[in-house]
Amino acid sequence: MTIYAALGALEQGLVYGIMVIGVYLTFRILDFPDLTVDGSLPLGASVSAVAITSGLNPYLSLLFALLAGFLAGAVTAILNTKFKILHLLASILTMIALYSINIRIMGGPNIALIGSATVFDPIIGLGVPPHLASLVVFGICAVLVMSVVIWFLRTEFGQAVLATGDNPQMIISQGVNTHLIIIVGVGISNGLVALSGALIAQNQGAADVGMGIGTIIAGLASVIVGETVFGSASIARAIIAALLGSVVYRLAIALALGLELGGFAFSPSDLNLITALLVIGALIAPNIKKKMLAQ
Amino acid sequence: MILIKRCTKYFHRGSVNEVLALNDISLQIQNGDFITVIGSNGAGKSTLLNALAGTFTLDSGDISIGDKTVTKWPEYKRARLLARVFQDPLLGTCPSASIEQNMALALRRGKKRGLGPGVRSRDRELFRRELQKIGLGLEQRLQDGVGLLSGGQRQALTMVMATLVRPEVLLLDEHIAALDPKTAAQILSLTSDIVASQELTTLMITHNMKHAIEYGNRLIMLHQGRVILDVKGAEKANLSVNDLLQQFYRVQGEELANDSMLLT
Repeated sequence: MTIYAALGALEQGLVYGIMVIGVYLTFRILDFPDLTVDGSLPLGASVSAVAITSGLNPYLSLLFALLAGFLAGAVTAILNTKFKILHLLASILTMIALYSINIRIMGGPNIALIGSATVFDPIIGLGVPPHLASLVVFGICAVLVMSVVIWFLRTEFGQAVLATGDNPQMIISQGVNTHLIIIVGVGISNGLVALSGALIAQNQGAADVGMGIGTIIAGLASVIVGETVFGSASIARAIIAALLGSVVYRLAIALALGLELGGFAFSPSDLNLITALLVIGALIAPNIKKKMLAQ
Repeated sequence: MILIKRCTKYFHRGSVNEVLALNDISLQIQNGDFITVIGSNGAGKSTLLNALAGTFTLDSGDISIGDKTVTKWPEYKRARLLARVFQDPLLGTCPSASIEQNMALALRRGKKRGLGPGVRSRDRELFRRELQKIGLGLEQRLQDGVGLLSGGQRQALTMVMATLVRPEVLLLDEHIAALDPKTAAQILSLTSDIVASQELTTLMITHNMKHAIEYGNRLIMLHQGRVILDVKGAEKANLSVNDLLQQFYRVQGEELANDSMLLT
């Protein structure tokens, strides 16, 4: 793997890491498998791209992306809590609805951002080489999001979120409206996913309606890889592991794609297979380790 | 005062499994009453407590606690007024949170939860003091995960948490039934101490006739969703286990008689 491929993977790992933290919130903390993310990632990208092309500040566009993602997540959670639709199905419904909505927002299946202002401009203005600017921005954003989420989960409200996923009966008896918690929690999760989508769009110079396909799989893979490699003894550690898991996941993908065995090489279309193998490996590794230690 | 006014609840209404769980039941509970609730399986004991807690909506009837009519209040809102301890020791606490985090959750029962720190250092003194009273050494283990505790320790913690903020009503749904006899006795005496010291209005379901007589100032027996026995004060103190058993057999005998009438 070249140094450029490694830097690229690190960059991707950090920016998708924001999405992974979002997935961690629903999948692990709220115990709410949420496929909305496949739609809220391009939603964030669309909103940010449209905001920028209509002349809005790129940083401000991130805020709008976050809010749009929050709403998408809230819709899924309302369908689940207030209308008793199974969480998985509720999230699929929002996801496919978002496909049409995203095209409406952009006025077409994609928007180019080439030549538009982006969040990277001020960093490049400070003298950072352009190929490192995105790494700097993504690093700052990812660490910021990670810290805010860890802080949030330690607040009174955050503790109620943790309890809702852990023991709903207990926290209802403590006077917490778990419906509200789930709506806010899934909202925040999708807000983060949309933020991640907005940053990705600004980096690759375009928002595309298809860019969200496979988000949930990449998110779950990163969460599981992170837990296996870095552990999840405390909530703070688990959140850090989710972000690092995302980096490891992207590095593993880059490594696999750069692999050449005689005449054989992986092509980008093999990505799904590699991801599936990676997740299977991460899931069975602890069992194998236990057996080896027992012998 | 708590008023249960002509409450009726069917489960699976309109299906072959229809059950009349509460049959036009009325009950007036004075402040400070410690009521033991007995009855055979399916008599409606848990349903009565769940009706108070707001687990389901009633088919008819009204419930008021103090000056508030809570009939239409959802479960989480009623938690402002009442605290519960369940039979399953795992239901009352969060396993992945620490002892102090669980207690902090309980300290805000029924209050707004904002963005302040979940566990405040000034509350730790209170937590230690309350845990010291139960004598299990948990005050030394505030940071330990609750998932590491035994069932008995968790139930003791749940009792402390339920009364950390004084509830208008304490509902105990066979809260010692899943524990070994020694632990059960400990939790029961802890319960009695807490109820006495805070002068709590309490409903305690039990299957143990001896406990039902020994604890509390009032005893009610339920059968087929109605109160069939309601004794207080001296009359309750003079009850014997035998009296209660006879009462049991009497209503069960009636049941048999009714069934045989149906069959012939």
